[in-house]
Amino acid sequence: MTSQMQPTTAPATAPEVDEAAGITVEARTQGQMIRRRFIRHRAALAGLITLAFVIVLSISSIGIDPPLLPKIPGWWDKDFTAIGAVVDGGSPTLSVVPTFLGGEGVQLGEHPFGQDNIGRDYFALTMRGAQISLMIAFIVGIVATLAGTLIGALAGFFRGWAEAVLMRLTDVVIAIPLLAIAAVISRRAGEIGPPVMAVGLGLVIWTSLARLVRGEILAIREKEFVEAARAAGTRASRIIVRHILPNLIGVIIVSATLTIAVAILLETALSFLGIGVQAPDTSLGRLISEYQSAFTTRPWLFWWPGIFIITIALAVNFIGDGLRDAFDPRQQRVRE
Amino acid sequence: MLAFIARRLVVSFFVLLAATFVMYLLVAFAGDPLEELYFDTSPNRDAKIEARTEALNLDTPVLLRYLGWLGGVSGCVIPGAECDWGLTATGQQVSTLIGGAIGQTLQLVIAATVIALVLGVMGGVVTALRQYSSLDYSATFAAFLFFSLPIFWVAVLLKQYVAIDFNNWLADPVVSTPVTIILGLISGGVWMMIIGGDRQRKQATFGIAAVASAAVVWVISATRWFEDPSLGPVLVALMAIGSALLMTALLAGFRYKRVMYATLATAGVGIVVNLFLDSIVSDPSWAIIALLLLITIVVSGGIGAAAGALLRRQAVTASIFTGVLTAGIIYVDRLLAAWAGYASSVGGRPIATFGARTPGFDGGYWQNTLDTATHLLLPTIAIALISFATYTRFTRASMLEVKSQDYVRTARAKGLSERVVNTRHAFRNALIPVTTLMAFDFGAVISGAVITENVFGWQGMGKMFIDRLFLPDPNPVMAFFVITGGAVVVFNMLADIAYAYLDPRIRL
Repeated sequence: MTSQMQPTTAPATAPEVDEAAGITVEARTQGQMIRRRFIRHRAALAGLITLAFVIVLSISSIGIDPPLLPKIPGWWDKDFTAIGAVVDGGSPTLSVVPTFLGGEGVQLGEHPFGQDNIGRDYFALTMRGAQISLMIAFIVGIVATLAGTLIGALAGFFRGWAEAVLMRLTDVVIAIPLLAIAAVISRRAGEIGPPVMAVGLGLVIWTSLARLVRGEILAIREKEFVEAARAAGTRASRIIVRHILPNLIGVIIVSATLTIAVAILLETALSFLGIGVQAPDTSLGRLISEYQSAFTTRPWLFWWPGIFIITIALAVNFIGDGLRDAFDPRQQRVRE
Repeated sequence: MLAFIARRLVVSFFVLLAATFVMYLLVAFAGDPLEELYFDTSPNRDAKIEARTEALNLDTPVLLRYLGWLGGVSGCVIPGAECDWGLTATGQQVSTLIGGAIGQTLQLVIAATVIALVLGVMGGVVTALRQYSSLDYSATFAAFLFFSLPIFWVAVLLKQYVAIDFNNWLADPVVSTPVTIILGLISGGVWMMIIGGDRQRKQATFGIAAVASAAVVWVISATRWFEDPSLGPVLVALMAIGSALLMTALLAGFRYKRVMYATLATAGVGIVVNLFLDSIVSDPSWAIIALLLLITIVVSGGIGAAAGALLRRQAVTASIFTGVLTAGIIYVDRLLAAWAGYASSVGGRPIATFGARTPGFDGGYWQNTLDTATHLLLPTIAIALISFATYTRFTRASMLEVKSQDYVRTARAKGLSERVVNTRHAFRNALIPVTTLMAFDFGAVISGAVITENVFGWQGMGKMFIDRLFLPDPNPVMAFFVITGGAVVVFNMLADIAYAYLDPRIRL
């Protein structure tokens, strides 16, 4: 993400030594400064590591089964659709208390997250749910970012009737509660499959980004450096690519991240209501919806997917916050 | 101003019109209302299909169907014309379906918004005043956590821990000693962070708050207060005086005594009147409660005006706030007095997990209000959590922004006290942008209501929407869109107007 910022600034030079003050001044590119600020934001870094861990865990454990391509197996030997005998009431075998503290030792066991009432391995199910939920969230994030940026940019660049039409279109989409319009779109999710549903969802939650991008462009195009470029006779396309876009990237990336967090919650909510991902496939929201009545008898069926949803959403939110601080130090939340 | 409102109205109208068109097409493509009938094996299947096709005009093209539907619905806004929301798939009138549902959703939405707004703004102001403190960081983390919580998941947890477990605990309302100590320590920590100051002051705050809270919990446990909770006249009096002092401190300060006299007099009148209210409020109607509130406002305003002298304006405001607060305390006291009776009549399990009210229950005004409140409690918390986080973050940012403005520095420089700077110069201006947030948040609250109504089995608009979308049954779904979309558009418009009115820098 940061490499995109590089062309706008001079490349890093060797450290200069300020003889008089006796200190070393290191020149940093915009990208380096952003990366440094992001890494200093501890919560954001922790969020990034957590999210990477969840993604790697969910993909590597049960493998992926992409359409048209051969299935890639994972290191976990159970399938999320396979029905087995229920062992010990299906309770989880995961243990994290070492033996010297009186526990059963750190081990995964046969069914670390337990089993559901028909003996399916819940670890495999949760991993599958996490995969689907993450995939939908990322597709929604990408589609919404592309659509929002495009619409906002068109409105901001061309002004006039294009702006009027596009912004009224945004108003139209905003006028309807998000969950409701998303529910209508994913009503047929069982037939169209999760990826298409995700694209549909992405096409309804771009509105805030479009407004943001438009506002930002309107502000940037009045800045002195744009005026200077225009006075020097720079072509419009070059002004857009060299002067306006690099200044937009921060807003876009931050907003894309937060959209992913919204998308995770939106997808799980829809699946919970029975409108999102359909059986035999599953998602984190669907798992909770399926097993909410078993809360008193098999609480783990309720806890695991919930914990994964919160972990993912929290991690993404913190990453977004860190990126905002990194791109726009004026809004800094953490004291230097 | 009028031209602006008129322009805004016209634009909003067309936005809503376009939105209904888009939604009508989407709903039409979302599913075929005849779907379930294709699998029907009864002999009169064809007749059923025909009847439904007739009721929903399914044999006309979707664009013409939209125009027909629009014609019927537009009757609801055009005076004199007949309002027609169309028929459901089973041939009922949609208007009868939404009539009852709107009330329940409205209750939920208003309760959640009010709670989130009040607590969120308070939280935002406190965290902004204590920027970079541990309280600030904890509140930030809590806000992020609330943003990341799935409402439906919280709702199920609330059902288990706040309703079922709390109801079980009510059977024997005793707090064990370790829990008392832990609660005391937590409360001490929170107060220490809120009040702040240097190390010594923090330690003192922590000690006093921890001991006081633990003592309160112990008393509640020892007297089995939850079996028959009430405040009693003494506690009511103390709380009324407390709110009088609080309002004086916030709005005027203690340097000139007149305002304090006014608020204390108001609280005193409230305390005395409370003793003679029994006959009027034993089983009042909402009209009587509203009338009493009106009288309270007039009387306390009068006291403030009479006692305020030079500080009349502050005295009137502070007195009215004190009066309303005192009235609120008395109201809660009366409500709590009905608790024991209510709890026993619902089998000792007062916190409800299902529906909007106990079916067939009627125990007079106070018990009925309690019934509504206990049913509202859980879904409201579930919805309000996210909104609360939004309001806290937004108010904090807004407050911090205002606090760095030049006029705040000027106010400090001319020697105004920190209280005056914060309440009169910073807080009031920081609230202006919150008006826009309220409109935005409304959509989120509606979405939250859709989920919680389904979890808690409320027969509101959200449940109707999801149920009918499943069938699918287009006309009730469209009714949901028109009503919520219309509300969102109207709220946005009101927010714009309020903003322009509150912030003179915005020219219309």
